[in-house]
Parts: sequence; C-alpha cells; structure tokens
Amino acid sequence: MSKNPWRRFAGKAGSGLIAAAAMLGIAGIGASKAEDTFKIGVVTFLSGGAAESFGVPAWNGGKLLIDMLNKGGVLPAPYDKKGFGGMMIDAIPVDEAGGATKQVQEFRNLVQREKVDTVLGYVSSGDCLAIPPVADELKAFTILYDCGTPRVFEEGSYEYVFRTAAHAAMDNISLAKYMKSRGIKVETFAGINQDYAWGQDSWADFVASMSNLSPDAKAGTALFPKIFAGQYGTEISALIRERADVVHSSLWGGDLQAFVLQAGPRGLFERSQVAFAAGDHVIPQLGNKMPDGTIIGARGMNGLAAKAHATELTNILWEAYEKEYGTFPVQAPFRMWQGILGLKSAVEKAMEANGGKKPSDEELAAAMKGLEWEAPSGKIQMVLGDGHQAIQPNAIGTTKWDTATNKMTLIDIEYYAAECVNPPNGIKAVDWIKAGFPGAKCD
Amino acid sequence: MELLAYILVDGLIYGAWLFIVSVGLTLVFGVLNILNLAHGSLYAIGAYAAASAVGAYFALGGDAFPLGSYVAMIGGAAIVALVLGPLLERGLLRHFYDRDHVIIVLVTYGVFLILEDVMKLIWGVTPLFVSEPYSLLGNVELGPLYYVAYDFLVIAVAILVGLVVWFTLNRTRRGKVVLAVIHDREMSQTMGVNVDRVFMVSFVAGVFLAALGGALTAPMISVSPGIGVNVIIIAFAVVIIGGLGSIEGAAIGAVFVGIARAASVHLLPEAELFIIYLVMAGVLVFRPEGLFQKTQARKI
Repeated sequence: MSKNPWRRFAGKAGSGLIAAAAMLGIAGIGASKAEDTFKIGVVTFLSGGAAESFGVPAWNGGKLLIDMLNKGGVLPAPYDKKGFGGMMIDAIPVDEAGGATKQVQEFRNLVQREKVDTVLGYVSSGDCLAIPPVADELKAFTILYDCGTPRVFEEGSYEYVFRTAAHAAMDNISLAKYMKSRGIKVETFAGINQDYAWGQDSWADFVASMSNLSPDAKAGTALFPKIFAGQYGTEISALIRERADVVHSSLWGGDLQAFVLQAGPRGLFERSQVAFAAGDHVIPQLGNKMPDGTIIGARGMNGLAAKAHATELTNILWEAYEKEYGTFPVQAPFRMWQGILGLKSAVEKAMEANGGKKPSDEELAAAMKGLEWEAPSGKIQMVLGDGHQAIQPNAIGTTKWDTATNKMTLIDIEYYAAECVNPPNGIKAVDWIKAGFPGAKCD
Repeated sequence: MELLAYILVDGLIYGAWLFIVSVGLTLVFGVLNILNLAHGSLYAIGAYAAASAVGAYFALGGDAFPLGSYVAMIGGAAIVALVLGPLLERGLLRHFYDRDHVIIVLVTYGVFLILEDVMKLIWGVTPLFVSEPYSLLGNVELGPLYYVAYDFLVIAVAILVGLVVWFTLNRTRRGKVVLAVIHDREMSQTMGVNVDRVFMVSFVAGVFLAALGGALTAPMISVSPGIGVNVIIIAFAVVIIGGLGSIEGAAIGAVFVGIARAASVHLLPEAELFIIYLVMAGVLVFRPEGLFQKTQARKI
C-alpha cells in the first residue's frame, strides 16, 4: 500500500474510472444491440485519390437513401417500410484511405468495438481481398459494395461475405460487344490502363473479348502508366503515332480527367475511337470537355444509362440526389444504393424467417445467399460464388453534349442482360471469355 | 524519323517539366544542405493556389483578357513562396541546421504530412479544374506531330528558370555571396555575410520553384489531394542523377530522364516505370556523386 495520499487517491480514482468505463461499455453494448436500431459500418474513400470519384459520391448517395428509408414511405414497394424491417438504420462512416493493413484494423474496430450489425464497404480491390478472411474469422456479416476484382470469390470462398456489385469482367466484355454490334471499325486497337491489377485485368479482359468477338482486330500498343501519374503527354503521342482504330482505357478519377484534358486538345479523340470502360464518373466534372462520340461504360446500368432506363425507384433517388448535391449521380452512388437495398432485402427476409427479431450474422448470411432484388441499376442477382457474388445488367453508350440543356447525354445506349456479360456460376471470368462465352443469355 | 522526332519532343516537354519541379529541390539542398521532403507538398500547394487564382481571375471578369490567367498562376505560386517560405525556414527549419541530416529529413517529412492535411482543410477533397490556360495558346503542328502550344510554353519557362538561376548564382554579386555560403558557411559568416538571410532567400526561391512547377501543371490535371507524392520521388531521381545541389545537373538529369522515358513509352512501354531508375542506377554506378557534383573532401 502506498503511503502517498495523492497516489492512493489516484489509485482509487483510477479504479473508479475503470469501473465506470466498464459499466458504460456494457451500457454501450446494450444500446448498440438494441432491437430498434441496425448499425452499419460504411467504409469508403473519404479522402485520397478515389474519394472524389467513388467514395464521396457513394457516401452522399448512401446518406440520402438511409434518410429516406428511416423516414419510411418515400420509396416504392418493397422499399416503403421504415428502416430495415422497422429498425432505424444507424450508419457509421469510416475512411477507406490508408491501405489494407489499416482497413483490417478498422474492420475489427467496427465489429468488436462499435458492435455494428453489418460492415458495408470497400472500393479498393486490395481491401476487398484482405477483409473477407477476417470477416469469416469474426463471423461478421459483411457486404463488399464496390470493388471490381473477380478474385474475391473466384479464388476464395467465404461464409459471411457477399459482394452486391458485379465484378469487373463484364465492363470489358460489354465494350467488346458494343464495338461489334455498333459496327465500329476495329482493325487495330491500343490501350492505356493503370499499372496495377485493375488496369492490367481490364486490358486482358478486353483483349480476350475482342479476340473472340472480333478475331480480325489486332491488339497494338498497351501502355501502363503508374497510377496517379498525372502527365500523359508521351503516352498520348504514342497513341497518336499508333493510329489505332480504337483506344481502350479503364483509367479513373483524376488520372482519367487529366488524360481527357491532355488528349482532347491534341486530337486523339478525332483520330481514334476512344472507349472508357468505367468513364461515366468524370462527366460531372469535365462537362463538355469530355469529347462527343466517346464510348463510355459505368460498371453496370448506372448513371446516365440508368436514367435513360429509369424506374420510379431510380427517378426518386436521382431527383433527390440532384437536389441535394447539385449534380447527377454517377456509378458510385448506384452501387451504394444496390448494396443498401440488398441489405434491407436480406434483413427483412431473415426477419420474416425468424419471427421478426433482429437477425443474427448467420441468419443474414442465409438470407443474402442467392438473393435477388430490384435496384436503380436493374435486377441484382446473387448468382456467382455459390450465391455470394452478384451479377447485374450493364450498359454502354456514346457521349453527346446537349447544347440546349448544357448537359452531357448518352446516345446509342446498348443494354446487356446480366447473364449475357457475366459468367455462369463455377467458371472463372477469364476462362469463360477464352471459351467464347458458353451459356451466355443475350436475348 | 517521325519516331525520333516524337521521342525528342516528348522527352524535352517532360524533361522541361521535370526540371522545373526539381530545380528548387536541388537549390535548397545546395545552399541549406537540407533534403526537403516537403518539396512535393509545396508543388501541390502551388497547383492549388494557381487553380484558385485562375478561378478567381475568371470569376472577376478575366474572360476579356484570358492571357492574364498566366499572371494569376505565377502570382499564386509567388504568394505560396512568400507565405510558406519564411514561415517554414524561420519558424522551423533554422532550429535544426546544427542537427544531423536524418533529423532534418524527418522534420521535412513531418512538414510534408502536415501540409497534405492542410491542403485538405483549405481546399477539401473535391478536385479543382482550371484547364482554360492549357488551351489558350492553341495547337502546334510540326509535320506529323501535333502538340498543345502550352507544352512549349513549359519548355520556354524551364529554359528561362534555368538561365535566371544560373545567371543569378554566377554573374551577380548576391549570387556569388550565395556560392560563398555554399562553399563555406563559417568562413562566409566571418567575412560579414548575413548567412541567415541567404538561407531564407534561397529557401523562399526553392519554395517558389516548387510552387511554380505545380502552378504550371495545374491546367493539365485535376488538382486533387496527393498529387505531390509522385512528384517528390521523380524529382529526387532527377537531382540524384544530376548531383545533389547542382543546377546544371538538374537540367541535364531532367532531359536525360525525359528522353529515356519517352523512348521507353514509344519503343518498350513495359519498361516505362523502370527506365527512370535504370538511368539513375547507371549514372550512380559510374558517378556515385551524380553527374555534376564534384567529389568533396570531408571536413574534420
């Protein structure tokens, strides 16, 4: 026992604080597991290179939808019920910046400290590969809402993890189909894609799809500048010199914006047909600096392509988003919306099965497996990865600036059924492309 | 022939840009003996300041005289230098001049991290676009080659910057005072040179050159958080090739790297990322101190 009275006081005070903290902790757990609230940890880029293009618009869309759901009766059936099966939705946003190691720690914090009911997140493919083993270890129901790498469920199998957006293979399969169906002259094609998995895979998928659908087309220069390079003058010269009929690119965010700003004045878009596999998200920023006649994908029937094919659900969300943020929703909020609506569908399905109680992680996983639901981006079906990986319809269009409204529009939009541009369950996307798309349902 | 012309022009354009972003780094090292890792952030702040200045210029009716946007860009870079230069040098770095090199590198790395967040606090994460100055000068056709005239403006600015820095250092009295400080700080001090002022002015000049690099780049890109990270890496490669502290070295190193990279993109695109470091490794094998730095006897 210390003879110092201050030390004794500090010791008692410390013990008291620990006790109080423990009680608050217990109270906190009780509150977070309350039956009337469903807590979601929403992980997306709120800073860094992918924030402006993907993370921030997605979170903006997510907030908007969660507010609508909590209010209840705003969206058409089956999304007219309040919250998730009557439970208010409480979302905790977490910044995805910082790399996979940091995200694994953040994931553990969300599950173990914040006691969230679901983690819904991840734009980066690296994070999407790092999180699932931890989610299964913690038995934590988790939704990957955005990332594109097919490897998550083609190379792994997870009980508690689901991806509610199609993987990236369909983007480039659809582009190749668009070239063929629109009769675009492609004797030669070149590419500029970032030098990491996303860019390399996109180019490989496009080359394989073209060799199947347009076997006479020859692949030329393939450029792989570093991600966030910013300077593309030399690459643009190489593409101009190549004089390829088509230039393919999966650049995104600031890199895509810089490429368009630098390539536009140099006439690349007049010399070659340029096709951006996931380019819709830079249209709000670039406006009419995105040249007319550019072929654009949106990683699903998202953005302008969704508006052209709109349902009541799409229109409500579209108008609310435009009103709130002063710009139209691009692909990122659409993927967030389909993730949240899929989660709502799974929660309510699980509650129907368990008599209306808040579902456990196991009940959520059972409900989500093989689920189908309607989203603003079309019907989402959890078909691949034994019911853990979504397929969805896709759309490709061509840009045209509307001088009357001073807005970018998409013309010549072609829509592709989910089963037309996604492989069947059990076949890897790359093998499916190489085999000539066996079993594709395109009518 | 056409290919050679492409490689040469592309290499010179990229080399000119590289020189502008790296000359400030080598100047600060040469005079202050500081390896400034915050150089990339200063470049990024220059880009943001220029974007804001150009945006304000056009918002205030600059459409009537769009060429004035170039003055706004340079003005933005100058403001960055005049505010951040003295603040960082007098407020922070001077307290570490007597410390080990590693400590100063860590301090400037800390400044880099702080400035990255300061940029987000001031400008947010939404990118800024000021592409008007990029297309103002029209295009240039050189036979089959087709370029934006702004690219040649960057070359002209790089040549001007190189000449001004060289002339100031070698042909003016103040420049010779700076050279004296570089040669022997203590001796200069005993001869009555105000070394503190030389340090501050040189650091402000280094900050201005970093910010100018960012300002000139702003119209070509979307100015967003993180754009300075890659720049510091490539700028280091250039000044190491040229010899740390050598202005001529930075110029030759930038042109070397620019042409090597252009040749790689046109002839062997797979090696694009690797080629810069191959050039650096090749130079260091034969000249470990870089192309233009003289071997110096160590003082004991």
